[in-house]
Amino acid sequence: MSTTETNEIEKLANQEYKYGFVTDIETESAPKGLNEDIIALISKKKNEPEWMLEYRLKAYRHWLKMEEPEWPNVSYTKPDFQDIIYYSAPKNRPKYNSLDEVDPELIKTFEKLGIPLEEQKIFAGVAVDAVFDSVSVATTYKEKLKEMGIIFCSMSEAIQEHPGLVKKYIGSVVPYTDNFYAALNSAVFTDGSFAFIPKGVRCPMELSTYFRINASNTGQFERTLIVAEDSAYVSYLEGCTAPMRDENQLHAAVVELVALDNAEIKYSTIQNWYAGDKEGRGGIYNFVTKRGLCKGVNSKISWTQVETGSSITWKYPSCVLQGDNSIGEFYSVAVTNNMQQADTGTKMIHIGHNTRSTIVSKGISAGVSNNTYRGLVKVGKKASHARNYSQCDSLLIGDKCGAHTFPYLEVNNPTAIIEHEATTSKIGEDQIFYLNQRGLSTEDAVSMIVNGYCKEVFRELPMEFAVEAQKLLSVSLEGSVG
Amino acid sequence: MLEIKNLHASIDGKDILKGINLTVKAGEVHAIMGPNGSGKSTLAQVLAGREEYEVTEGEVLFNGKNLLEMAPEDRAREGVFLAFQYPIEIPGVSNVNLLKTALNEIRKYRNEEPLDSMDFLNMIKSKMSLVDMPNDLMQRSVNEGFSGGEKKRNEIFQMAVLNPALGILDETDSGLDIDALRIVANGVTKLRSPENAFVVVTHYQRLLNYIVPDYVHVLFNGRIIKSGDKSLALELEEKGYDWVKEHITEFVGQ
Repeated sequence: MSTTETNEIEKLANQEYKYGFVTDIETESAPKGLNEDIIALISKKKNEPEWMLEYRLKAYRHWLKMEEPEWPNVSYTKPDFQDIIYYSAPKNRPKYNSLDEVDPELIKTFEKLGIPLEEQKIFAGVAVDAVFDSVSVATTYKEKLKEMGIIFCSMSEAIQEHPGLVKKYIGSVVPYTDNFYAALNSAVFTDGSFAFIPKGVRCPMELSTYFRINASNTGQFERTLIVAEDSAYVSYLEGCTAPMRDENQLHAAVVELVALDNAEIKYSTIQNWYAGDKEGRGGIYNFVTKRGLCKGVNSKISWTQVETGSSITWKYPSCVLQGDNSIGEFYSVAVTNNMQQADTGTKMIHIGHNTRSTIVSKGISAGVSNNTYRGLVKVGKKASHARNYSQCDSLLIGDKCGAHTFPYLEVNNPTAIIEHEATTSKIGEDQIFYLNQRGLSTEDAVSMIVNGYCKEVFRELPMEFAVEAQKLLSVSLEGSVG
Repeated sequence: MLEIKNLHASIDGKDILKGINLTVKAGEVHAIMGPNGSGKSTLAQVLAGREEYEVTEGEVLFNGKNLLEMAPEDRAREGVFLAFQYPIEIPGVSNVNLLKTALNEIRKYRNEEPLDSMDFLNMIKSKMSLVDMPNDLMQRSVNEGFSGGEKKRNEIFQMAVLNPALGILDETDSGLDIDALRIVANGVTKLRSPENAFVVVTHYQRLLNYIVPDYVHVLFNGRIIKSGDKSLALELEEKGYDWVKEHITEFVGQ
């Protein structure tokens, strides 16, 4: 080895030592604010092709002309979009060196949810050992999926490795013109997930961001795209039960699903973003656009969501039933406690013949929270023999919370059959006393009653997720009954 | 086992129980009879710890412990079971799930290990035959869509599984046809042992043809005005509650 080489190496080594990881992050962050230069910077940092930048800029220019919507039944201080950092390096420095430094309340919650120690560290932002089990597990899975032709990677990777597929499908279900936050997301999204299941392939496992390396920091503008080709099947899990904290208050994700002929996509979400303290301070605003397109005949898309977190949740996972005989489903449990506000529901757009949709929404309000179901069932002129069944139930715990239901119906074809059922109930003193008398504490009684109430939705979740969801529900409602 | 001393209770400011005295020993069955509105169900609810009722005076000891100071769930864990007059529906919660949770809560309270699923299911099966409990009722939601008879049978079945020291039956016979009545009553009779006791609240004598009580108490206007053996029940059936009401003037006059 020559002296110059040694010097070079030493220089490099010293450089790393000198500037380290922290400095790296700082230099990798864009300045606050949003303009075309920032968008160009994001695109350049991610080494994106020209068309991607064009797409982002078009979205941005359209966004400038849009107004932030005010129709949801929620109130909050509007974000200052010039006070947000839109790009920072994807890897964040751990906030803490050990779990001892983390808020003990958070650790208690982790323990109640039965989250393994190593995973607790990840969620809480604690430095993790270099060799982490799930990383190697993830790599093994990835190999197996690859053999079957399934692509499952980050959105950034997909743009590099599979630009044709991304270009073909991105924005095809949620165009940037769709709404204010979808436009913003299209302009500035930094990462997310991409899944592609080729023709005739049945994905052998639940795909989960959990198993995707570096998935924990996808940023506040997440972009997800899932495509199932003819006769393909995939079940996708998003989120986890652990309370996720994040520096960014505003989260505006876009999720697009495309199901071709005879394909089926099952998308399950457990959302437990930080809800803020009891006064509602510091919680996440979760403004999400999720939509699935049943493009092919006999295709099927099911959304199942368990929403317990965020200070404000505002999302309507929807299905566009374009293919004949296609099926859309929406199963939702939305829990609000303390000062939380949720305005959530779905849209079922019937376009093809013989399309069917099912909506089962279970809202649970406690504390002084507000829980709104908002849903649209639309049957187009040519959508003959469309069928919809909607069931919207609200459960109130205590007498200071609110439950609201806004069902919208637009039926333009006389052959449609639409059914709507709605109930509002309170957890009865009688029910609690009955369970007390059988030896259950009031907290366990409430948890049992609520889990029973949500059963129709929980049974749509993959087994493990359902067990976690039940625990999560109990934790979310802790202390809600005197 | 159970000592009730001068128990007074009211609801919404209205006095219902006006000085109940009653002692129940292990191995005994006590029947509480009386006309509508006499306070029979109130007594059952107060013993189980229903919050709506305010105990204004008196004392209740259960195995020497102050029952009135305990939360309803602790009373249950100590071994007090109330078979409800109107069993409550819990949609989405299967009967078997409730029973397993309840049983293990009670075991935990007593520092016993939880039963594993196999042992639990074996135990359940043996108890099911006791009240002719159909298999499908086990998996169905608690009392949801059950007939009146099925609900009552379910109460007795739950009692059989939880095996309490003291079973309080609140008008378990009401709304039952004669066959269901026999099944329920025979279930209780089979559960009788020298270690446990039952307080059977009933309006009619006919339940006592199947559950033979050691003592019969007549409750009227918040007080026990007459106590006797099982023949008192027959006398009541024959002469009606008016006879008791005449008796009360005598009683109050004293």
